Amino acid sequence: MAQLDLRRKLSVLADAAKYDASCASSGTSKRDSSGGRGIGSTEGMGICHAYTPDGRCVSLLKILLTNFCIYDCAYCINRASSNVARARFSVDEVVRLTLEFYRRNYIEGLFLSSGIIRSGDYTMEQLVRVARTLREAHDFRGYIHLKLIPEADPKLVEEAGLYADRLSANIELPRDEALQRLAPQKDVGVIKKAMGQVRLKVEAARPEKRDRAKPPRFAPAGQSTQLIVGADGAPDTEILQRSASLYGGYGLRRVYYSAFSPIPDSSTALPLSKPPLMREHRLYQADWLMRFYGFSAPEIGEAATDGMLDLAVDPKLAWALNRRELFPVDVNAAPREMLLRVPGLGVKTVDRIVSVRRYRTLRLEDVARLCRSVDKVRPFITALDWTPGGLTDAVDLRARLAPERAPKQLSLF
Amino acid sequence: MAVAALAGETDFDGWRKAARRFREAGVTPAEARFVVGGAGQGGLFDAPAEAPAGEGKPFAVPRAFVETAQSVILHRSDDRFDLLYRLLWRLRDAPDLMRVVSDRDVADALERAKNVSRASHKMKAFVRFRQVEDERGEAWVAWFEPAHRVLEMTAPFFARRFATMRWSILTPDGSAHWDGEALELGPPATRDMAPAEDEMEEFWRTYYASTFNPARLKTGAMRAEMPKRYWKNLPEAALIPELVAQSAVRTEAMVAAPAPEPNRRLEKTLSRLARDASFDEGFVPSTLEELDAAVQACRRCPLWRDATQGVCGAGPKKARLMIVGEQPGDQEDLAGRPFVGPAGRVLDAALEEAGIDRDEVFVTNAVKHFKHEPRGKRRLHRTPTTGEVSACRWWLDAERRLVKPKVILAMGATAGLGVLGRKPAVTKERGRPIPLSDGAAALLTVHPSYLLRIPDPAARAAERARFVADLEQARSLL
Repeated sequence: MAQLDLRRKLSVLADAAKYDASCASSGTSKRDSSGGRGIGSTEGMGICHAYTPDGRCVSLLKILLTNFCIYDCAYCINRASSNVARARFSVDEVVRLTLEFYRRNYIEGLFLSSGIIRSGDYTMEQLVRVARTLREAHDFRGYIHLKLIPEADPKLVEEAGLYADRLSANIELPRDEALQRLAPQKDVGVIKKAMGQVRLKVEAARPEKRDRAKPPRFAPAGQSTQLIVGADGAPDTEILQRSASLYGGYGLRRVYYSAFSPIPDSSTALPLSKPPLMREHRLYQADWLMRFYGFSAPEIGEAATDGMLDLAVDPKLAWALNRRELFPVDVNAAPREMLLRVPGLGVKTVDRIVSVRRYRTLRLEDVARLCRSVDKVRPFITALDWTPGGLTDAVDLRARLAPERAPKQLSLF
Repeated sequence: MAVAALAGETDFDGWRKAARRFREAGVTPAEARFVVGGAGQGGLFDAPAEAPAGEGKPFAVPRAFVETAQSVILHRSDDRFDLLYRLLWRLRDAPDLMRVVSDRDVADALERAKNVSRASHKMKAFVRFRQVEDERGEAWVAWFEPAHRVLEMTAPFFARRFATMRWSILTPDGSAHWDGEALELGPPATRDMAPAEDEMEEFWRTYYASTFNPARLKTGAMRAEMPKRYWKNLPEAALIPELVAQSAVRTEAMVAAPAPEPNRRLEKTLSRLARDASFDEGFVPSTLEELDAAVQACRRCPLWRDATQGVCGAGPKKARLMIVGEQPGDQEDLAGRPFVGPAGRVLDAALEEAGIDRDEVFVTNAVKHFKHEPRGKRRLHRTPTTGEVSACRWWLDAERRLVKPKVILAMGATAGLGVLGRKPAVTKERGRPIPLSDGAAALLTVHPSYLLRIPDPAARAAERARFVADLEQARSLL
């Protein structure tokens, strides 16, 4: 009977946690269980142990400690005014589930969040207690991601950083004005201050100065946040600007974008429609361009219409089609930064081109072997035996490169 | 034709020895054959007697080739030995060949190595242990079918991860056993040698089903990362058809559900918890604490949007000296206190030299929010506009009214604008007290961050001395 209860709780509290898109288990310190009392390892690369039919990976046991909440955020399944089933795990139940799942190799670790109960301090204290029990009582060396309750005492945040690999506080709504309207108990200033504190502590824990004693550990996998897409009317350019500001300000490892999705017992304050998955995808691509390809948010925005990215073509292609005077680019001579701007060339491909061209002058077929699809690249490059001629400036280039059926954001219901 | 017999499918050492001898003997790729097992069981090199041996010289190959070859040999393709020998042969004339990743053979080998590495990664992901009890207690057994022959390569990962567990991984290629101390490799196994179920699998399936969001079906993305070939050994995969089939109905039900009845009592409680973020433009603070709270809600200009917080002045309530800078920087924005970053350290040192105790100075800025531009992982300072400085004078004036300093030292043109209401020529006007309408005297000097930017050490020292002299002058006026 007790077992059945636990399964029911698991069902409720996993359902309550799934709208948080974060799933990473990478980028933390390397360690394993050799010589320890327990189990667990992290070796740099994250591992996705399963995929659900929504295409999302299952890497961590992603659950809430409880979905009771005193806040009433319109976009959230767990808001106080929702009639969803409520449950609460005990600290030991979460610890046990984490270890039992981990032993069977279902997960990389735990991602624990919670509704706000009683107070920010009380809630954060409960989360920290789970992490502390796993680390200290069970010598668990797997990955732990804890949700930061922004209102909590900085001392609790410090303790959380001691046990957790990653901390995160979600901004959720790209527009501050919308947060006030849709999440009246939240304060974006408090969230930003908490993220600022985390950045300062992560920096202080970085063992840079050799002569100093090793600083105490603090969230070696850094912090991340999430922005909901499609709930507050913010256009893509505004969302990307927000992300750029968050990356620069708080040293975030990741900003996650979560297409606003219908939830059970949803609030009337928000539109119910199919989640804008293609829009979410384009935002992730644009985010990648900012982090790995040297693009700035305003540059990506150049090709947007009314602040919205093109859904039919990826943001790099959209940018290039808009800036054709910069192309074609000579793959045998162009600097790395410019090759990164060629549609269809990823970071790995560019690095390979730069390395190979020291030994061979590249032909188009060589480039074809190095990248995924040369058709997309061809109009934007020259190689030993290739020049695109009028193709770069062809009027119908966009139509040629866009997929046959432009993916539209259909409203199915 | 030269034939070499290898001891097993993944016999890298055997292949290496044979291939080395082939190349030394001038056996071309077309003439070389590698066979697993065969007549010469156990013999590593079974080249026919007529193959000329030891004709060539010993040779070295790039490390990149050895590493790639070690992976490629685990690939399930039959022609992998031939591909590797072709590469080894071509390395004779092209020692840089492995770097030419666009070459057909190199690209092929790298692709196969990538497939092997992916198979190893998927093994780390998709092995599922089941619990068993034996005479020595609790142990864990998994049946797994890897896409390539990656058992031996991947087993140490499980030893590191599950160091305190006794486990076995059984595969059609072989088995790996860990007893808590040593890793042992055993013969191939069959599925029936592993347990058929585990009591936690019901919990795992419950979790898997619950963490799935039916409103965002993307089965293509799922199959790309979790290929169907692995499904038969994943306890959760049995749920996939039903989850997919029901997703549309479940989503429709969520959308069609009537809006919840409003609960008046709850609404009342919630509204009490709501924070008041409205900005009252006419509010005049009567204490520094009120001022600080009001600045946090300020919407007089858009700089609040990308800043963490408004940073007000700090220092004694009735300081005789007020020092005004331009705006908070990156560190000040996070810490919420003025002059804690690099410019703050310059200021602190100069104050000490001028004989001024910073604890007796009220230090503030002309603009309370950090104006910047994100650049990757950093934020680059941007100078506030006249409009932004003017908007923020409301707060600087309030600080002046509350602190009532005798002397105000404005550092830099922006600070001068904030204090005087006009843009001063700092270099011309410095050193001369300017009377202010509230009875205080203003002095102008440069901003300490200017000192940080002077590249020439001698010029920097001279400018710094002038800066300290300006501070001393301010002290003399108190």
